[in-house]
Amino acid sequence: MSAAPRPYTLVAELTYACPLHCAYCSNPVDFARRHDRLDTGDWRRVLRQAEQLGVVQVNFTGGEPLLRPDLESLVEEARALDLYSNLITSGIPLERGRLERLRRLGLDNVQVSIQDSRPVESDRIAGCEAFGQKLRVARWVKELGFPLTVNTVLHRENLDRIGEVIELAEELRADRLELANAQYLGWALLNRASLLPEAAQLERARSIAVAARQRLQGRMEVVFVVPDYHVEFPPACMDGWGRRFVVVSPEGLLLPCLLAHTLPGLSFGNVRESSVQDLWTTSPGLVAFRGEGWMPEPCRSCERRTVDFGGCRCQAFHLTGNAAATDPACSLSRDHASIEAARAEAAQPRLVEFRYRTARADGASAR
Amino acid sequence: MIPPSSKPALAGKARLRFDHATGGYLLLYPERGLALNPTAASILKLCDGERTVDAIVAELQKDYAERPAPELRQDVLEFLEEMARRGLLQVPG
Repeated sequence: MSAAPRPYTLVAELTYACPLHCAYCSNPVDFARRHDRLDTGDWRRVLRQAEQLGVVQVNFTGGEPLLRPDLESLVEEARALDLYSNLITSGIPLERGRLERLRRLGLDNVQVSIQDSRPVESDRIAGCEAFGQKLRVARWVKELGFPLTVNTVLHRENLDRIGEVIELAEELRADRLELANAQYLGWALLNRASLLPEAAQLERARSIAVAARQRLQGRMEVVFVVPDYHVEFPPACMDGWGRRFVVVSPEGLLLPCLLAHTLPGLSFGNVRESSVQDLWTTSPGLVAFRGEGWMPEPCRSCERRTVDFGGCRCQAFHLTGNAAATDPACSLSRDHASIEAARAEAAQPRLVEFRYRTARADGASAR
Repeated sequence: MIPPSSKPALAGKARLRFDHATGGYLLLYPERGLALNPTAASILKLCDGERTVDAIVAELQKDYAERPAPELRQDVLEFLEEMARRGLLQVPG
């Protein structure tokens, strides 16, 4: 085992609770069984220990981090540690006064999710009335002098409106626009048939995003994230397992990614019982897929193994049943046919209902 | 082109941070960070929205006395332009 690499970013998932019900939520499907177990003191300790380990940025996320009444205290701690702090939020529930307070306490950046360029379509994805409030919050963010990131998750229902999403972000004076195609894990995998675009639609959207990136250079950073299903080689999921990102879940598990604790057979320690440093270095789940030792062929002898680190472990597990397999999104994977089949299916016309994110284990449909 | 009389400042989203682990400086912005070499760090520390580009070059000249002034100015301008292209520097005027 080689020495543990230095993490730069702490992803602090303060709670899985959220007023929205997005059908592609990145939280585990069984989130309702996983409770918030860290108190303010625990989180402040996690921030301090992460900083000692080399972390320089913290993303306060969830669920909806605004649901934690102690968010202010955590922002204060992050600032005292000179961490660059991002609030990743739906904007609900939020009043201007609270945002002002967070600004005073030293919060650096606010990322607001917007599900679509139009109210009805946006609220349909969120599963509740949210669009108007989101625009209000985005405007407050700029009025208060924060940098603004707008994040829109892309899928077959909104990809054709990518031009409108870019216009909206410009109108809101966003500093950064993340056009992130859904990644098909957790909730999004359940809803893959209603979300996965076909190649032609994705390509049209991509060229619009690329043109906007050039046009807006220096004013607004435009990031376009392609879905793994439509690339020849997988991206470096989380920049590699246990490499640059340290995730702490609402229960206190220290993880290499948002869904690692849903993989069977891996054990992750809890920050209530051990230090961030110990868990990062020695937790069996972290060590399991760190580096190259675990890699099967064709990864093991592949030149790209230090570029994509074998892709996504969760995707490998969900599509092959084996978390240690090559990511099937890779065209060199022997399981790549499952991706090709999903792509072919996406090219067929159909009408499928969403399974909204809900606390019910079976999910609820609506349309 | 950045005019010599302009007063560059770090963009609102960007923050310099001393890095204990390396003894150098990082420039942090949403979801990203740049490790700066000592020259880049000394340039950015002078981008305070008060000093003009001319003043920044003059200040740096003290520490880089061996560099011919026109060369140093050219390097500084190129660096500032790259930072502005990345949206990390505001150049009013």
